[in-house]
Amino acid sequence: MIFKNSLFKKSLSTLLALTGVLTLSITLFSIILLGKESWSFFQKVPLKDFLFGTHWAPLLEPKSFGVLPLLSGTFMIVILSISLALPLGLLTATFLSEFASPHWRKWLKPALEILAGIPTVVYGYFALTFITPLLKSIYPPTEIFNALSASIVVGIMILPMISSLCDDAFFDFPISLKEGALSLGATPFEFITQILYPASLSRIGAALVLAISRAIGETMAVTIAAGATPKITLNPFESIQTMTAYIVQVSLGDTPAGGIEYQTCFAVGALLFILTFFFNWIGHKIMTRWSWELS
Amino acid sequence: MNFSWRYQKNSLFKLFTLLAALFSLIALTTLLVHILHEGWQYLSPQLLKNFPSRFPHKAGIYPAIMGSLWLMILTFFIAVPLGLLSALYIEEYLPKGKWKSLIMVNIKNLSSMPSIIYGLLGLAIFIHTLGFDHSLLSGALTLSLLILPMIIITATEAIRAVPKSLRMASFALGAEKHQVVFLQVLPAALPGILTGIILSLSRAIGETAPLIVIGAATYISFTPESIMDPFTVIPLQIYSWTSRPQAEFHHLAASAIIVLMILLFSLNLLAVFIRNHFQKYKSRL
Amino acid sequence: MTVFDIKNFSVFYGPKEAVKSVSLKIKKNKVTAVIGPSGCGKSTFLRSLNRMNDFIPNLTTKGEIFFFKENIQKTNPVDLRRKIGMVFQRPNPFPKSIYKNIIWGPKINGYKCNWDELVETSLQKTGLWDEVKDRLNDSALNLSGGQQQRLCIARAIAMNPDVILMDEPCSALDPAATARIEDLIEELSQNYTILIVTHNMQQAARVSEETAFFYNGQLIEFGATKDLFTKPKEKRTEDYITGRFG
Repeated sequence: MIFKNSLFKKSLSTLLALTGVLTLSITLFSIILLGKESWSFFQKVPLKDFLFGTHWAPLLEPKSFGVLPLLSGTFMIVILSISLALPLGLLTATFLSEFASPHWRKWLKPALEILAGIPTVVYGYFALTFITPLLKSIYPPTEIFNALSASIVVGIMILPMISSLCDDAFFDFPISLKEGALSLGATPFEFITQILYPASLSRIGAALVLAISRAIGETMAVTIAAGATPKITLNPFESIQTMTAYIVQVSLGDTPAGGIEYQTCFAVGALLFILTFFFNWIGHKIMTRWSWELS
Repeated sequence: MNFSWRYQKNSLFKLFTLLAALFSLIALTTLLVHILHEGWQYLSPQLLKNFPSRFPHKAGIYPAIMGSLWLMILTFFIAVPLGLLSALYIEEYLPKGKWKSLIMVNIKNLSSMPSIIYGLLGLAIFIHTLGFDHSLLSGALTLSLLILPMIIITATEAIRAVPKSLRMASFALGAEKHQVVFLQVLPAALPGILTGIILSLSRAIGETAPLIVIGAATYISFTPESIMDPFTVIPLQIYSWTSRPQAEFHHLAASAIIVLMILLFSLNLLAVFIRNHFQKYKSRL
Repeated sequence: MTVFDIKNFSVFYGPKEAVKSVSLKIKKNKVTAVIGPSGCGKSTFLRSLNRMNDFIPNLTTKGEIFFFKENIQKTNPVDLRRKIGMVFQRPNPFPKSIYKNIIWGPKINGYKCNWDELVETSLQKTGLWDEVKDRLNDSALNLSGGQQQRLCIARAIAMNPDVILMDEPCSALDPAATARIEDLIEELSQNYTILIVTHNMQQAARVSEETAFFYNGQLIEFGATKDLFTKPKEKRTEDYITGRFG
């Protein structure tokens, strides 16, 4: 009588409940800990100075803790990489779902999966040793570490995610509506731009938001290729620093626990957590309760 | 009514979508060719056998390979039981409702958290609270934290995909809930779960950022002997060589990338193999 | 006058022949019903008439179809579909307003006319005008299933087509909505040529003047509906209409 023993039965359900609760509480606990560590930072540095200060120099004297330069670096990467990945990802998904023959799909889908599975440190290497020299040969004033090079590889990295989410959305699109449009004498282009895109807008939006969150959290590629110069600039050919790259920079040094440098990591990490949590939350929210909308 | 223009617009658009699709293919090919081209010259048995060195021609990634393997095995033994049992609990025992959906939403959110945040969590918990130091154990626990949400999500999806009829048939034969779950549902969901586990592990193997944050070594001259030893992994070795200014070390980094990619590729092939194998089996049922 | 002249037309899904060498003439301003058990190729046949099968991979055709003396395989499919309206099994209004649903087809095809007028006449012809005139800018998805299907007919009519193809237009509707659509088909038959595929023999008998019976991809019998249902020439037709199979 396999598994019929009642003591065994009881302990089994207890074990299951325990692991479930354990896993959930670990995650909850970690978030609390993250909050606690950054709390000690904000005991020393006022939140206002952190959020609105325009100078970031926690490792140099005189210390300064304005996070805006890191935020501007992060968002520069986000904007540049998204402007590459969103149109390309959307068009790739359109090709996959509307134009590609099964043969094309068979080749393209795995290629996109491979692109998505390449470790980020490899992308960093590619940016530094291939994209940057390429940029430099086109535009010589490009610095060795620059935001554009990192943004290009981050764009390549998140393109598969956008295209696969959009492809899923187009796949779910009722074929009857496509037939309706084509039976009225529409060309595929007219159907795609006037019916498919507007109706899938929320799903495309969700893909965009999740991709933004990915780009915000991207670490190794920007650490390797974008540099370690926290500054507020609009020039993509200059070296900058993102929030993630800063955390790596501090971690590589030997920072004692409890020191202010150590705590800055958690403050920046908490900000990163809040930003990505916000974008993910919106993204998943749209994904779970989207509906065909009126255009 | 200008027909030809409508057609031209359509063809032009089609061309654009094709070009966009080609972009990914070209990017992938360029990346692979570039890395092969940069790294082939240092690709030798020496690279796999030697310790890192100041002299590029003597340098190797033996400790990094050992570190990666150790880490993979440890992470497997920590994350898989926890993730699997949690998934079973959530999917089979937790009543449907607000709690369950709240938990699933949060797990989804956690799975798309940047990996570096997990590094910070690991630093705070395993190193500064529990005092595990910059050891393999800390690294494995941190990576387990990172891939737990992924494992739970893929496992719950696989469990949900098991047909209701299978459960009903087992209950109708007088099976107890536990017997149904462990003797029917789990085996049926196993291929999906295994694929998810392998893909999560291959993600863990490629991770760099969280390990830097928990202070894994970038230069190490011995291999780990126990789970409390310091360690390094292949991605970290790649990073440390990439961040050197000398071109020779960039070539070394490229060779290490080749090794890493081969490892990841084999893992992915294994996942594909498992999926195909069980699909064939299933279709025979 | 002949609208469709179909000559030895076959459709293949890969190696499988789904429509087998069908020859048939569809006359203008008549309602022609296509009946037969499911899987007999009647839908595939209907969708060949405006080349909606072009999108199915591995599908090939043999033989010729002439639409007003024009070989449809040699015509531009978009041009062809403008002149042939189609109504599908399930109502498929676009996720847009009622108003935009009507004008979308004419608009992309570059028609120039008074849109308000077009919307009103199209909706009036389908008897929907009084029901929706106050909420033309509401989403078409808020309409009931029967209303949605009538909107789809109105949408097809707005293109001023020569023919309307209907692919089991009532299969997703309740009996009351079905009755309305059937009345509508009768009204429309004065001005339009209508081809309707249906698995419902009573419906075919009620609305059509001519009937084609398909079985196993073949056209078994074609003739006036009255005759086909009362004195079928073929044994298989008789078996089907008396309910011996299908």
